[in-house]
Amino acid sequence: MSLTNIFGITGSALSAQSARLNATASNLANADSVSGDFASAYRSRQVVLQSTDLSSDFYQAKNKSVGVKVSGVIESGDEPIKQYRPDHPLADADGNVYVSNINMVEEMTNMIEASRSYQTNVQVASTAKQLIQQTLRLGQ
Amino acid sequence: MGIGFDKSIGMHSAALLLREQRAEVLASNIANADTPGYKAKDLDFKQALEIMKKSSSLAGQSSVNRSVFVKYRVPNQPDTGDGNTVDMAHEKMAYAQNALDYQTSFQILDGRIKGMMKAIRGE
Repeated sequence: MSLTNIFGITGSALSAQSARLNATASNLANADSVSGDFASAYRSRQVVLQSTDLSSDFYQAKNKSVGVKVSGVIESGDEPIKQYRPDHPLADADGNVYVSNINMVEEMTNMIEASRSYQTNVQVASTAKQLIQQTLRLGQ
Repeated sequence: MGIGFDKSIGMHSAALLLREQRAEVLASNIANADTPGYKAKDLDFKQALEIMKKSSSLAGQSSVNRSVFVKYRVPNQPDTGDGNTVDMAHEKMAYAQNALDYQTSFQILDGRIKGMMKAIRGE
């Protein structure tokens, strides 16, 4: 029954979107993180989403219902911001510290997008649930 | 034979099967709204119902391969850069409308079945 498959699809979307929210939470929490060297400075983490069915066969890919999954987490390529703060306890020999490259605006929009997608998928699942419950009462 | 079950139920069972299938396709689109490279799909309801109407019996209707009616949607705005063609507003509306259409078909089917039950019981 295809209506029950919807729970699988929306379920995968819910977990993918919550992974996205998790990444955003980490990024926002580390927005002011400071590091003593360039390599270990915190870089913004972004979740990469992927369809669960990536069959190259046209008909195969087209006909199956597809959920979504997290294919990986990438670190932003933007460079951490170098600041000259010789009084900072983590400052290197030249008196520089490296602040994380979090773009607050980007993170907030990401967060809103993820939470909206989450809500939509919950709504889809609850509509499917209503339809199934109704079907069970057919003819009664 | 007084009561023809297949005849009485008619195409509404076929419509229900198709609405179910369409709900699944639309749910896939909504789930993949943020997936790079994902192409939105939809079920060609009209064409599918035409084919299913041709097979008269319930058993024949359920054996029709409905997945061949799933087609890619024509995007109504240019690619934003990630290759995704899901228009969230459009998909949400289509899903809601599909759910209502499902309920409509369901109500009709329910009425037919109840009518037949009445006839069988002779009330």
